[in-house]
Amino acid sequence: MDTLTKKKEDEGQAPKTKRITGSEAIILSLIEEGVEVIFGYPGGNIMPVYDALYHYQDKHIRHILARHEQGAAHAAQGYARVSGKVGVALATSGPGATNLITGIADALLDSTPLVCITGQVGSPLLGTDAFQETDVIGISMPVTKWNVLVTKAEDIPAAIAKAFYIAKSGRPGPVLIDITKDAQFAQFDYEYKKCTSVRSYIPAPKVEASKIEEAATIINSAQKPFALIGQGVILGAAEAELRAFLEKTGIPAAWTLLGNSALPTDHPLNVGMLGMHGNYGPNIKSNECDVLIAIGMRFDDRVTGDVKRYAKQAKVIHLEIDPAEVDKNVKTTVAILGDVKESLPLLTEKVSANKHEAWMEEFKKCAEIEFEKVIKHDIFPEKEGLTMGEVIRKINEKTKGEAVMVTDVGQQQMIASRYFKFNKTRSVVTSGGLGTMGFGLPAAIGAKLGAPDREVIAVIGDGGLQMTIQELGTIFQDEVPVKIVLLNNTFLGMVRQWQQLFFDKRYSSTPLINPDFIAIAKAYCIAGEKVTDRSNLEAAIDTMLNHKGPYLLEVKVEKEDNVFPMVPAGCSVSEIRLE
Amino acid sequence: MEQEYFITAFSENSIGLLNRITIIFTRRQVNIESLNVSQSSIHGIHKFTIVVNTTREKVEKVTKQIEKLVEVLKAFYHTSEEVIQQEIAVYKVKTEALMNSKEIENLVRNSGARILEITPDYTVIEKTGYKSETQELFDKLDQYGVTQFTRSGTVAVTKNPKELLTEYLKEVGWKA
Ligand SMILES: Cc1ncc(C[n+]2csc(CCOP(=O)(O)OP(=O)(O)O)c2C)c(N)n1
Repeated sequence: MDTLTKKKEDEGQAPKTKRITGSEAIILSLIEEGVEVIFGYPGGNIMPVYDALYHYQDKHIRHILARHEQGAAHAAQGYARVSGKVGVALATSGPGATNLITGIADALLDSTPLVCITGQVGSPLLGTDAFQETDVIGISMPVTKWNVLVTKAEDIPAAIAKAFYIAKSGRPGPVLIDITKDAQFAQFDYEYKKCTSVRSYIPAPKVEASKIEEAATIINSAQKPFALIGQGVILGAAEAELRAFLEKTGIPAAWTLLGNSALPTDHPLNVGMLGMHGNYGPNIKSNECDVLIAIGMRFDDRVTGDVKRYAKQAKVIHLEIDPAEVDKNVKTTVAILGDVKESLPLLTEKVSANKHEAWMEEFKKCAEIEFEKVIKHDIFPEKEGLTMGEVIRKINEKTKGEAVMVTDVGQQQMIASRYFKFNKTRSVVTSGGLGTMGFGLPAAIGAKLGAPDREVIAVIGDGGLQMTIQELGTIFQDEVPVKIVLLNNTFLGMVRQWQQLFFDKRYSSTPLINPDFIAIAKAYCIAGEKVTDRSNLEAAIDTMLNHKGPYLLEVKVEKEDNVFPMVPAGCSVSEIRLE
Repeated sequence: MEQEYFITAFSENSIGLLNRITIIFTRRQVNIESLNVSQSSIHGIHKFTIVVNTTREKVEKVTKQIEKLVEVLKAFYHTSEEVIQQEIAVYKVKTEALMNSKEIENLVRNSGARILEITPDYTVIEKTGYKSETQELFDKLDQYGVTQFTRSGTVAVTKNPKELLTEYLKEVGWKA
């Protein structure tokens, strides 16, 4: 038994268990799980917990008051993604809980460990359509890894212990605990036991030696092997194991949006980004390689393009923790189930050392073509207007790959993901699976709290910023020193791009008439500057990075720039367009 | 090719699990033909028997998604050749109809059905068998007017000698 009360007992005073309220038990249980920061918003049915928090606030747990529960959920996600710990969000019943849902859905698709605690009406009122009663268990069921309704105080510690275990083990995901108000008030004998297993749940299947053998044989005879890195590598903390595998075999590797930063950008075997707006080589070579080694990734349709014409020529080896992902989208030749942290070293041991110089050369050729056609114009533009790409290039020059990048969704997300450079893992916080606009600003708050010693740069569009702009209030109140880079093209840029390419430039509801963002920041006492001219860009970035507190740098970029390359929806990755 | 599949899921007996399972089908637009939940032969473990008409690919994916649920220990799918299955049907007819025609009595006898209750007003008949058999009896009885009819979900056991879960339980070191 490893509990706070137990520690006290060891000191020779307190009894074995302690009679406390359910709400105090919630806080003590969170402390037992090592929680230092929670993100939330109070309301009637969670008030007892906030009252308990009042007592523990300064000593043990920091509570960050968001300005909207969606913001609290995204902040918890940002925190979890950079720190590897479980993010915690707290909300009241009814609207508080439903406001969390977008963040929870986002966390499920992006495998982010969250524990969300919501207050619920008193148990006698359940099912009576009481004030602020919603069936949060029902609503969140399809978007959580697990959820539970707790109606008795004595069930709280075990529910929280189980929630943390499920959220972070195996393929991580969001978990929700709905706790009735009477359970928060009731007194009981508290004692905490960490959860280390659940009978019906196997977090990670065992790695089968025979599969390793089969995969090694295929890899050893491959002429054009190609590795795809997913977030599974980061979630499994298998970055070193990945490098060892790649460096021994000399296999070129590309990454998914969420696998970004698992391998340093400048690593010689890093050939770039996969997917709809990924790099040219990784896309076309997916359909030319002879062996595809997918490591902790799930063949999202944004990565595969038309899946019927995806990598049909290749033998597919899939290293994956979640059996339901195997053969879901792409048929595998060999599936190595299990945690990549375990399977990668076993595979590395069995594969022969190799170099694939000619094959690497093909990627280099593609990179040169892409540089000439796309990258050069993105990051060293000759036209008058500023481009998103050159802003990212300039930031790279200053942060030298050390910063955490947070993005919102849209063109700015793709450009930032393409051009931002990373030396360290867990440097990317972006909404991949759900593509949630409004994610960026609150996620950056969480990221900064999860990695206080790192520079956190949030790249956000003018549309997305306005979806959660009220979180500037959180940044202000809690003095969270995030650097916000607003790339303002006065359009819902990514949608406008599709309208230009596929809807005859009929810009239906995509132009934005924007407020004075710098003035809004100023109203929250957040310093900022607007850059409209290239000659001021570098100095403005310096000012931002040298500024102690939070900062908003708005850059007026070209209105109608497009993100290329692009694999148009429904096309094969081979049909990637460079213009 | 679509065909009949029997999905068997072994689970904890927890509130809401049925909902978790059915939304997996709803989302993928797979219709549940029949559903039964009961105890399994292993103490404390419940068993879902779900019948669907779908393709092998779909049933495989759905089964994996079911097994992924935290409260589900293991899920399997089988074709109708691999299981022994039965359904139970109860039929209510007017006793008057029974009295007026010798046919009903013959139907009951020849189809291996039995009479559960006779009152002056109504008679309740029960038959166990394949769906096609209980349906056939319905069609015949209905000529005389069936006033109420209910068919249960399919219950099925596999042709395996043991409960499919035993291996799993051994693996995770769980003793009943
Ligand atoms: C919540 C939500 N609503 C709608 C969308 C659809 N959508 C994707 S990108 C985009 C435009 C984003 O515009 P902006 O934030 O200005 O960024 P830009 O693309 O210009 O960089 C929209 C509307 C979305 N992803 N999320």
